[in-house]
Amino acid sequence: MQTNASVVSFRSVEKSFGALKVLDGVDFEVARGEVLVIIGRSGSGKSTALRCIDRFETIDSGEIVVCGHRVSDPKLDLRRLRQDVGIVFQSYNLFPHLTIEENITLAPCAVKRISKAEAKRKARQVLAQVGLEDKLNSYPEQLSGGQQQRAAIARSLAMQPKVMLFDEVTSALDPELTGEVLKVIETLAADGMTMVMVTHEMGFAKGIANQVVFMHRGKVREAGPASILTSPATSELAQFVGTGL
Amino acid sequence: MNLNLDFGAILERWPMFLDGAILTLQLASLATILGAVIGILGAIGRRSRNPVIVRICGIYVEAIRNTPLLVQIFLVYFGLASLGLKFSAFAVAALALTINVGAYATEIIRAGFDSIPRGQIEAAEGLALSRTQIYWHIVLLPAIEKVYPALTSQFVLLMLASSVTSQISAEELTAVANFVQSDTYRAFETYILVAVLYILLSLIMRLGFWLLGLAIFPRRRRLRTAL
Repeated sequence: MQTNASVVSFRSVEKSFGALKVLDGVDFEVARGEVLVIIGRSGSGKSTALRCIDRFETIDSGEIVVCGHRVSDPKLDLRRLRQDVGIVFQSYNLFPHLTIEENITLAPCAVKRISKAEAKRKARQVLAQVGLEDKLNSYPEQLSGGQQQRAAIARSLAMQPKVMLFDEVTSALDPELTGEVLKVIETLAADGMTMVMVTHEMGFAKGIANQVVFMHRGKVREAGPASILTSPATSELAQFVGTGL
Repeated sequence: MNLNLDFGAILERWPMFLDGAILTLQLASLATILGAVIGILGAIGRRSRNPVIVRICGIYVEAIRNTPLLVQIFLVYFGLASLGLKFSAFAVAALALTINVGAYATEIIRAGFDSIPRGQIEAAEGLALSRTQIYWHIVLLPAIEKVYPALTSQFVLLMLASSVTSQISAEELTAVANFVQSDTYRAFETYILVAVLYILLSLIMRLGFWLLGLAIFPRRRRLRTAL
């Protein structure tokens, strides 16, 4: 059932890389303001599923609708879709030759055609949101990994997306830096941002998720509220979260 | 062994050498600027999604890189003449050198483009930038920065290779030397002087590229990292 409040919906999504079926009939639904956490082993298809939302991967069959855009439609206007969807990657991917401010103002100026002054004002605002107001004129290489990742989040926020995607955004960070990035994400969630994230931080997932999807061999093996992490119904999820059976 | 050097007659003719050196520098500058533009367009073409464009750019690069510069110069010179087009020796020389260095620049800049991590492009795509905007804002400058030493060396090599255009009587430095040595019979001295002048021209070009680098790569300047 797709309701009006649904921001992301997957219906019977299938995708193969050659002979390998990475998504094998995946269904889920993310409502506005909801946080969906996708977990699973490496190779279970969780990152692929996330990347399909922004159409970094195309699907073989099924249907994906994101903010009213039919992502599975080959005639889709990709740039319209991507203005509504923010994505943050594991490797930050800040633009090394631009200052943090330039990293943030580039897309609002080039894509949304807002004025330079307005973009700079917005940059200050989003940097304050992630606690990096003082790094405006720094270059990415002058920042720690955690700061770079927070700057990347700010860069996405400046486009005022309707949904944010986080693809293992703390996997390259040590526990301390992970903490500062997760705190930023928690604040976003508290502000009502719709989010889909792939993470291995189980403790964090428990605290933030409205909905958890556990993927196993390209299928949604188990889905439900965050409580499934503490009381899993399937042996695979039990094994994955380490409670054992 | 009796080495008898006499630079008197040579140095008397310094205004000719100066004119020749200036013409060489003009040829090199023109070919560098136009060659860089061709190089950027060629590199974009070689990575195009249109196989015909990829093929055309590939043929251009391979044809130029596998034939001697002198032959290319004659092809342009006689080619234009047989089409009934009349150009000055300077214009023909500049055109031939541009075509030549454009092919080398294409390959070097393409290597720079290929060195940009996929994640950079994805981040830009994720921000809804268009393909053109991505090339312009994200790919071009870091790519050129990566290959800047190789690219600028190629342009200095081109300046040195421009001596070959004396063959179609472009009045650059080597042509001046040929003239002066046949006038003075002081061939060895003439070419010693010309060699020194070429070294100076190379240094001028390298200085120019260094200053240009400071201007177009502000991060390098601000973080004081070597190019």
